[in-house]
Amino acid sequence: MKFSIYRYNPEVDSKPYMQNYELDLTKTPAVMVLDAIKLLKAQDETLSFRRSCSEGVCGSDAMNINGRNALACVTSLSTLKEPVVLRPLPGMPVIRDLIVDLTNFYEQYKKTKPYLQNSQPPPAKERLQSPEERAKLDGLYECILCGCCSSACPSYWWNPDKFLGPAAALQATRFILDSRDDATQDRLAQLEDAYSIFRCRSIMNCVDVCPKGLNPTKAIADIRDKLIEDGV
Amino acid sequence: MVITATSLGRTGLQDWLIQRVTAMVLAVYSAYLVFYLILHPNLSYSAWHILFSTSGMRYASLLALVSLIAHAWIGFWTVSTDYLKPAFVRLPIQVAVILLLLGNLVWGIQILWGI
Repeated sequence: MKFSIYRYNPEVDSKPYMQNYELDLTKTPAVMVLDAIKLLKAQDETLSFRRSCSEGVCGSDAMNINGRNALACVTSLSTLKEPVVLRPLPGMPVIRDLIVDLTNFYEQYKKTKPYLQNSQPPPAKERLQSPEERAKLDGLYECILCGCCSSACPSYWWNPDKFLGPAAALQATRFILDSRDDATQDRLAQLEDAYSIFRCRSIMNCVDVCPKGLNPTKAIADIRDKLIEDGV
Repeated sequence: MVITATSLGRTGLQDWLIQRVTAMVLAVYSAYLVFYLILHPNLSYSAWHILFSTSGMRYASLLALVSLIAHAWIGFWTVSTDYLKPAFVRLPIQVAVILLLLGNLVWGIQILWGI
């Protein structure tokens, strides 16, 4: 199987380039893209990429595979056309080869204060939720922060410092809708400006690429609905 | 929370609501005009003149014009803040578009009340 992989080492290369590789899949146990990249690294140890759990849980190996953001560990080689083109996540600064700088991505995540805030004294055991209240978090808590969605979003490309991006917006919704959190008004007040969530144009690239099947566009619409309920 | 100076509404929520409401106004106004043209296939100048001479049509047209300008400004402001990054480029272009839109409003009122 043929591969074309984005290569860039800022210490050596003046500009990025695509490098071709070939792998005989009949002689290897490679099933997923990550398996292939690991085998290619055995051929060329300078090839750099992130990976950890190898089963779609950690989100480390998000990359652009044949023009589409995905996790290398859960993307089957059999579904891909040759040559398989691997690039780093678009719209993010490249550190080296397939490794991107996620600092801004995490800064946006940090802005959402992604932890429960409750001013009431903690109960003896735990803060209880009804099954209905808990169900509101479904489709939100599963996010693994791989960055596939934010990196596929043109609004995030143009305003990465001001627009939260789909991933952080999904996390914001996760805490706004949590019945145990009582900082809802403060959270909403932080999001009503023209950029934080309203830069979303609902083109749904995020939904298209999310490896966990989540819907950040709906999460942003949920925040908008909350703002409308409180603001009109 | 990002502070903006040239956006129409004070918040993204206001801009979002204004854009939706003005879109509905424009949809209703356009649908009415299309419906009117279908019902009057051999439209004469005098019939067209009478239509726009009524106060109701004048105020409806003014409402549609204001809606168009508000809708266009929110859209343009969004596009300009996406693609025109340096403030010294963005601000003069934004001011020029604001003046152009306000000029269109005055011109539109002049036309509507000059019939």
